[in-house]
Amino acid sequence: MTAAMTTSSFPLGPIAAVRGRAVVIVGDDIDTDRIIPARFLKCVTFDGLGEQVFADDRAELSGEHPFDRPELQGASVLVVNRNFGCGSSREHAPQALMRWGIRAVVGESFAEIFYGNCLALGIPCFTASHASVLSLQEQLIADPAQELTLSLATASLEASGGQLWQLEIQAGPQQMLASGQWDATSQLLAHECELAQTAESLPYINGF
Amino acid sequence: MSAGTLYDKVWDLHRVAQLPGGSTQLFIGLHLIHEVTSPQAFAALKDLGLPVRLPERTVATVDHIVPTTSQARPFADPLAEEMLATLERNCSDYGIPLHGLGSGRQGIVHVIAPELGLTQPGMTVACGDSHTSTHGAFGAIAFGIGTSQVRDVLASQSLSMGKLKVRRIWVEGQLQPGVYAKDLVLHIIRVLGVKGGVGYAYEFAGPAIDALAMEERMTLCNMAIEGGARCGYVNPDAVTFAYLQGRPYAPKAEAWERAVAWWRGLASGADAVFDDEVRFDAAAIAPTVTWGITPGQGIGVDETVPTLEQTEPDERPLAQEAYRYMDLQPGTPIAGTAVDVCFIGSCTNGRLSDLQAAAAVAKGRHVAPGIKAFVVPGSEQVAAAAVAEGLDRVFREAGFEWREPGCSMCLAMNPDRLEGRQISASSSNRNFKGRQGSATGRTLLMSPAMVAAAAIAGKVCDVRQMINTTP
Repeated sequence: MTAAMTTSSFPLGPIAAVRGRAVVIVGDDIDTDRIIPARFLKCVTFDGLGEQVFADDRAELSGEHPFDRPELQGASVLVVNRNFGCGSSREHAPQALMRWGIRAVVGESFAEIFYGNCLALGIPCFTASHASVLSLQEQLIADPAQELTLSLATASLEASGGQLWQLEIQAGPQQMLASGQWDATSQLLAHECELAQTAESLPYINGF
Repeated sequence: MSAGTLYDKVWDLHRVAQLPGGSTQLFIGLHLIHEVTSPQAFAALKDLGLPVRLPERTVATVDHIVPTTSQARPFADPLAEEMLATLERNCSDYGIPLHGLGSGRQGIVHVIAPELGLTQPGMTVACGDSHTSTHGAFGAIAFGIGTSQVRDVLASQSLSMGKLKVRRIWVEGQLQPGVYAKDLVLHIIRVLGVKGGVGYAYEFAGPAIDALAMEERMTLCNMAIEGGARCGYVNPDAVTFAYLQGRPYAPKAEAWERAVAWWRGLASGADAVFDDEVRFDAAAIAPTVTWGITPGQGIGVDETVPTLEQTEPDERPLAQEAYRYMDLQPGTPIAGTAVDVCFIGSCTNGRLSDLQAAAAVAKGRHVAPGIKAFVVPGSEQVAAAAVAEGLDRVFREAGFEWREPGCSMCLAMNPDRLEGRQISASSSNRNFKGRQGSATGRTLLMSPAMVAAAAIAGKVCDVRQMINTTP
């Protein structure tokens, strides 16, 4: 399997926009076992996962899978359908997508844990209506060379030909990504006093 | 907006602060870790130079990668050995208790935390595993998290979370003999869909839920995530307290009385407000079997694989994909489908009562020729209790293999896996494409008793016919 790796630039800091070509994966309820089969979870780092993304689906299609198609190498946007990323909580799934090169996902809906895992990596997940996603997928399949610009501020997608799609993104994640505050650790460490108070107030922490 | 539910009460008790972006910082009462989703979190912690905030509130075990034949160290698989060695080193470095192999307390994380009394009502429970919803059976708010969030809990004993809506799933009546919590939850997911629960916590309530034993409640909550609900729970009651009393980490003596009083007060009140409510009749549910590639594609064992015409239009592409992958014909009965492998175990159905139900079917019968059938207890404690009542012998005499505890063929990260296009009858939780270790392997989800019946018959059959007749 070959994949154009763009591991040199993982998301960092404020994210204003994601630019690039798009890969389309068609189908509802695509689970995280499909995105990264469990045998590839036998690792203590995420480093090699980019090559293994959708491994079984790619093997089945012997080179014809979107993630293997030459014209889609280097793409940075993934366009999917409903309930993408359901099943296992494995962060290995968005890690694998990110390490292949994906920096934003557009879909009709996402499974919650997957959505949160993407946010923790600085990968925005945008939603759009069933009809919008279908028309977007259709156009991208017809012309995979289109360069897209996804704007965080306006939640919009503009194709190089000028066509514009209005998307949606939850206000919280939008603000976190745009401001660069999508990595929660430092925020969580900022409330030491309140954390100690909360712990103190819980009967089970203090032997009832 | 929900109010006065257990979910609301536990949420409010664990709120630490409001975070930029509108999410809530939620204190985590119990953090469970295992070898697969924690190594990168510890590595990140080391990179950041951070300590573990409350090491005594994190508990570790090893489950996903352990072999179930020989557990001698080092493991034959060097990657599996490296993962366990890494967990051992991280636990040792940070002072985190590890219930390791041979400790008498090792097992699937969602089996051992309840049996040790670690999981208690009113707690927030997080673990880097989606089946953390299991712990909701105790009236805890329990949910799966990713590895970045494991890092956050290690560093801060808290998480950045958005509040869920609450849907009450009210179940009237009683389950019929031969019908189990597994059938109930597969039926609920069949009706509400695999994405029906996205954005919700599921509160399971009603006479049928009150009548469930704790281990059945765990099976039910375990699969809330398969219906899209990140957490599911049952209000704590006398059944919960009776299960907990006397367990190693349960409160003792006077603290026990105070704990029970506090736990009782957490249950959803009579005036609780839910965002949504759905009702089911337990008596109408048959043993349920999946025929497709999502846990929502289930039918009663007496039904036929749905045709396209019987399928909602927006579910038809998935149904067509499932017909092709499973090689099952729409309109044909699911009963009679030949199986190759039968797996009893997992965090869904690897507890003592699951093994008892399966053994009751296996006793005095024999696995059909050519079928590979094996039993993987959920923990060392489950294994010991099963052996003490002779269940291992019942299974062996019936032609089942009796294995060591672990996650095993639920997700096939260890040597237990399907080969090629083999089809399994499995008491686990996911029938996704490739889930059981072969990219073309096929899974039929069902209760442990139904798996035992399939092993005996060599094909899917209605366990109610076996439990009503002597072998």
